[in-house]
Amino acid sequence: MFDQILQFILTGITVGATYALVALGFAIIYNASDVVNFSQGEFVMLGAMSTIALSAGNGLPLWLAAACSVAMVICVGLMLQRFAIAPARGASVVTTIIITIGASIFLRGLALLLWGKDIFGMPHFSGEVPLRIGEATLLPQNLWVMGGASVLVLGVHYFFNHTTHGKAILACSCNRTAAHLVGINVGMMMLIAYGLSALLGSLAGILVAPITFTSYDAGVMLGLKGFSAAILGGMGNPMGAVAGGLLLGLIESLAAGLISSGYKDAIGFVILLLVLFFRPSGLFGKASAERV
Amino acid sequence: MNIRKTACALAIGTLLSLGAGQSLAGDTIKVGTFLAVTGGASFLGDPELKTLQMYVDEVNAAGGVDGKMVELIHYDTGGNAKEAVNFVKRLIQKDRVDVIVGGTTSGTSIAVMPLVASSGIPFISLAGSVKIVQPVQKWTFKVPHTDAMAAAKIFGDMQRRGITRVALISGSGGFDKSGREQSIQLAPQFGITLVADESYGAQDTDMTTQLTKIRDTDAQAILNFGFGTGPAIVTKNVRQLGIDLPLYQSHGVASKKFIELAGDAAEGVRLPAAALLVTDQLPDSDPQKAVLTAYKAKYEAAHGPVSTFGGHAYDGFYIALEAIDRANSTDKAKVRDEIEKTKGFVGTGGIYNMTQSDHLGLGMDAFKMLEIRNGDWTIVQ
Repeated sequence: MFDQILQFILTGITVGATYALVALGFAIIYNASDVVNFSQGEFVMLGAMSTIALSAGNGLPLWLAAACSVAMVICVGLMLQRFAIAPARGASVVTTIIITIGASIFLRGLALLLWGKDIFGMPHFSGEVPLRIGEATLLPQNLWVMGGASVLVLGVHYFFNHTTHGKAILACSCNRTAAHLVGINVGMMMLIAYGLSALLGSLAGILVAPITFTSYDAGVMLGLKGFSAAILGGMGNPMGAVAGGLLLGLIESLAAGLISSGYKDAIGFVILLLVLFFRPSGLFGKASAERV
Repeated sequence: MNIRKTACALAIGTLLSLGAGQSLAGDTIKVGTFLAVTGGASFLGDPELKTLQMYVDEVNAAGGVDGKMVELIHYDTGGNAKEAVNFVKRLIQKDRVDVIVGGTTSGTSIAVMPLVASSGIPFISLAGSVKIVQPVQKWTFKVPHTDAMAAAKIFGDMQRRGITRVALISGSGGFDKSGREQSIQLAPQFGITLVADESYGAQDTDMTTQLTKIRDTDAQAILNFGFGTGPAIVTKNVRQLGIDLPLYQSHGVASKKFIELAGDAAEGVRLPAAALLVTDQLPDSDPQKAVLTAYKAKYEAAHGPVSTFGGHAYDGFYIALEAIDRANSTDKAKVRDEIEKTKGFVGTGGIYNMTQSDHLGLGMDAFKMLEIRNGDWTIVQ
């Protein structure tokens, strides 16, 4: 029984780390602009798909292909901000969210045209020999996902709390006009926020692709799960988003293991609803006061 | 009434009667089809349409059937059942087709069955569900294997290996669910008890939780009914957890893509599949060998790698044409009777022997049991 639960927990943390990375991307853009970027899942998919295309199709070594694809996805993120979000500056938050949904459909269509409907796999970074912890097992790639997620999360934490640019982005989210008045280049900060989200998304995609495979529509479900995780943790709080991701992964895995695998998604969503009912701003979100 | 007007009326009358005469005499055989060439099921519908077009051209180049040319009329349903009903109405009422071969998905096929029955037109479906032919409907036939046959083939193989306790794991898609139902229904007939019944979501990325539960049961084998990425992840997870039980997959993964995705973990996996997949490995004595080799060569020369789905279109098309040939007419009732009398037709899906109570007509030998060895299919007997 103990071994079983250990396995459920390990599985939950691996899956949760993926959700956490996607959720973190949501939280960063939300932090900077109050916009929920629904093309976050597509960043994840693009990161994985373009890495595979570059390494398998063009014969680049995996690390180089990954680096190129991260750079490409960052460009996509910047272009999304510059050409789709920025021109709608005066629009309401809801309108901007709808623009991001449109962008996600566009990116999915583009991936479909470029790479077709096939499912693609990626080689594991350091082999597929499972590591044993008691009776439970773990793939080296799972450690890559967890390790990668930890490094990125700490990096984001440092960026927002200890660098001028990070603090400037937070300032923009608090009060755009005031930030502008004290000399912060608001447009530039928005670009940085989108670029950073795209960077996180694409890295998440590359880290998990060897385990999960990928296809042109893989971003839809990941985006949805990452969004749920961000809501669960508290939308404006990057560390809350990470906690929400890990929690959602654990809930799903334990629900599947101990209750019923058929109802695990339902159980996850019921818990999400309960949290929203009792704590509308999420588990770790600050209760929001209406800004006047 | 002056002469000009009369002449005009005469001319129009003649034209009209000519038009009517044409459709009555039937200079062409009109084959109607409605396929999901776009949308989620396009990987099924696309090779089906390509196959139909290819063979209509071939039949016409060889002089048609009884000297009549074959005309193909196609509508793309995108997998939408409502659209399918509209298009079939159009095929029957406006295009006045003689026979319908189509219906890529089970949903579209089942949706048009009432219309087909009330209009009295022979319909050969290209979809998988057993519900299309059970209970038997007078005007509807189908050519692809059913989920029930796949489950029966798997359980038969397990029985031969002395396996009696099986753990079932399946996805949440339509194909997966239908396979799960059939498996649960059929298992007792083979003396098999299902000791676990786990499921996973269509986009799930890790099934070790479900498989850990299965590991702690007393199952002697694992059966995974699924489609898409799920089965490849299950296969990898089984090996990761060090579970040493025989793993069976369904015909849903019968493509080279599965071996590519699951990699080394796929070694030793068994699955039922149509003979088309192993055309090159069939002994020359196999009655299907010639048909399969010819179809594969023709399709691959024009469109790239062959799939079993295009093969279904081949089977449906030729069963219909041979029935029209035997009936010596395109009279719908006569053609229907002849389709029902199809005996020993060698197609890509198997050898068809239809009867009044069996509108599919395939035996268990239509599926081959395959095992993956050294990254390739091997036929197990």
